Amino acid sequence: MDRIGEVIEASTTELAAQCYELYGVPPLGSLVKTADSSLELYGIVCNAVTTSLEPGRRPIARGKDEPSEEAIYRSNPQLTKLLRSEFNALMVGHRKDGKLYHYLPPAPARIHSFVYLCPPEEVKEFSQSFGFLNILVNAHLDISTDELIAAALRQMSRAHQERHAFLVTAGKELATLLSGRFDQLKSVLGRLKE
Amino acid sequence: MNEETTQKLGIVVSGSLTQGVEVRLDGSASVEDMAVGRYVTIEGQKRRFFGMITDVSLGFTDQRLSLTPPDTSDPLMAEVLAGTSIYGTLHVLPMLTIGTDASLEGPQPVKTVPSHYSTVNAASQQDVELVFGEEDERKFYIGTPLDMETKICLNLEELVKRSNGIFGKSGTGKTFLTRLLLIGMLQKSTAVNLVFDMHNEYGWEGTSEGHRKVKALKQLFPSSVAVFTLDEESSRRRKVQTDFVVRIGYDEIEPEDIALLRQTLNLTEASVQAVYQLARAFGNKKWIEKTLELEDGEETAELLNRLNIHEATFGNLRRGLETIRRLPFLVPKSPDNTVSRILEYLDRGINVVLEFGRYTDVTAYILVANLLTRRIYARYRDRTEQAMGEDTPTPHPLVITIEEAHKFLNPEVSSQTIFGTIAREMRKYNVTLLVIDQRPGGIDTEVMSQLGTKLTCLLDSEKDIDSVLAGVSGKNELKSVLAKLESKQQALIFGHAVPMPIVVRTREYGSAESYKSFGLVSQADVKKKAEKDIEELWGQ
Ligand SMILES: Nc1ncnc2c1ncn2[C@@H]1O[C@H](COP(=O)(O)OP(=O)(O)OP(=O)(O)O)[C@@H](O)[C@H]1O
Ligand SMILES: [Mg+2]
Repeated sequence: MDRIGEVIEASTTELAAQCYELYGVPPLGSLVKTADSSLELYGIVCNAVTTSLEPGRRPIARGKDEPSEEAIYRSNPQLTKLLRSEFNALMVGHRKDGKLYHYLPPAPARIHSFVYLCPPEEVKEFSQSFGFLNILVNAHLDISTDELIAAALRQMSRAHQERHAFLVTAGKELATLLSGRFDQLKSVLGRLKE
Repeated sequence: MNEETTQKLGIVVSGSLTQGVEVRLDGSASVEDMAVGRYVTIEGQKRRFFGMITDVSLGFTDQRLSLTPPDTSDPLMAEVLAGTSIYGTLHVLPMLTIGTDASLEGPQPVKTVPSHYSTVNAASQQDVELVFGEEDERKFYIGTPLDMETKICLNLEELVKRSNGIFGKSGTGKTFLTRLLLIGMLQKSTAVNLVFDMHNEYGWEGTSEGHRKVKALKQLFPSSVAVFTLDEESSRRRKVQTDFVVRIGYDEIEPEDIALLRQTLNLTEASVQAVYQLARAFGNKKWIEKTLELEDGEETAELLNRLNIHEATFGNLRRGLETIRRLPFLVPKSPDNTVSRILEYLDRGINVVLEFGRYTDVTAYILVANLLTRRIYARYRDRTEQAMGEDTPTPHPLVITIEEAHKFLNPEVSSQTIFGTIAREMRKYNVTLLVIDQRPGGIDTEVMSQLGTKLTCLLDSEKDIDSVLAGVSGKNELKSVLAKLESKQQALIFGHAVPMPIVVRTREYGSAESYKSFGLVSQADVKKKAEKDIEELWGQ
């Protein structure tokens, strides 16, 4: 399994993780997971940032005399140590005693827990049920929930052979959740095309 | 339940016993496959319901969907929306409960509605058979439901216990349906028929679209049908084997007959009064002849003066009576008593069709039908009363078929005519009517309400539809069903002879197979056979 980072901040509804690689963030909407002794926690990537390691100090532009962007990093190898990539994941479910639940875990993740990107089989298993959509629809985030829902469904659909059928089923679920909010439904469905 | 794969249509979401239930269609069931008049079953928690689709509509969860329609050319959008944000609804009228174990309990009228979210399925053939029964010695196959091959059967023994009606606008299949029903009665009931056949289509042969000839009763059941004719020449030209030529004598026409013809003969109210006065003066048997013999002059003027009949009134009446006199089947004195002859046949269990030949105008029809019926009815009444008192056999139940029924049964005349009487009294004297009309709105509402079973083809005037459905439960729902019938060979049947209203595609009539399908046995033959069997059993 792809270990991509470590929890650096956690709450019941969300976790923040730092990536082991600069720019090694999982795609928006992808399913990630972390675990402690008794619980596996699932999250959907809802935001990512790359910033300077020291808060308050912003990087300065360095490429004026360089021939390419890569060259900047080659000439300044310390850069990869001064910058870091982080991402946030919205908690959408958990697994306890081998059973999947599509609602919030009883406790937040522990700091320094490892974070993994879920492989397709696990994504497929998780997306058999759409209970998590309700969490996404009601989340208060910096990015629009429409964007996040669409991104998550796009990501998940890749794990399914019958991609269209999966999206239709998910769409119907959403249509029920968003009944009376057709504009939002339309905006999500419009973002499912790839 | 059953092995057939039942097609799930949707779930019940709301409703009431009086108004019927709303069914939300599943996304997988297309509204366009639904049709009013189809049957569904509803799987309630405790029992199964049997009902009919009476309306189909489209719904939204968000009003904006109708204001700014989504782009449904996008297949994902179209599929997602179908059955969720946009959906079809069915209005279903539950009519019967058919029990969870159908074999233990026959269909019962509904007294409640299925609970929320009960599953609604398209009715299977078995369900329909369970409700409408199979063809047997009492039940006659009249047609099939709209989307199935199951036979819908009418209980004819039940049907003939009351007067019935066949309605529909011109060309919708009334005549074909009537012919089928007559055959049904001939085969499956103990009733005999007397048909006043205005257009010569029930006795020997009729025509179908494109001038194709179709056989009528006598060709199919020669031993149980007699054709009487008013127009021998026309019958001969059409190569009809007739049994009797009917002549009507002036002496048989009574004042009531003229009263009924008031509209068709353009008579004034005063003229009708004059008729009664003249009849009193000249006697019931002679009055027409004597009146027509009156010559202009002193004597006549004096007579009219004495009877208090105005000259203009007399002129008006004269013109009317002249019209009658010109009817070629009228003779001063009837040579043979037609009524007795008809009764003779009816007593032998032979059905009588009276053809009018070329005399298709309503004057002749009203006059003859009314006159004969009045007298046949009187004889039936006497005999039935006698039978009650003296234990003599009652005459065969008689069904009299009349067309253009509104001419006999409109509110103005229905209380005075014999037909009104028969319709109202529900087989008191073993006589009932089969009325055929394209304008049921013209028939007295009281008479309409007495009809036991109504078979109606397409009607499009509001007045006609209202009059046919008056007093029926689920009227508004049936209204939309009735207005959506196809223009031919489809009928809505409701009333006594069926457990619930049904729409049928009328059984095909006119092809060689269709004749064969009757099996060509009549009740009379069955009886003969039974008698013969008994004889054989006991030996000679
Ligand atoms: N059961 C049937 N089988 C075959 N054809 C039928 C049937 N019912 C109706 N039709 C077709 O429809 C045509 C019209 O039917 P029909 O003559 O019975 O109409 P109607 O209602 O009696 O019309 P009108 O009011 O003019 O007398 C027939 O000529 C025939 O072609
Ligand atoms: Mg006709």
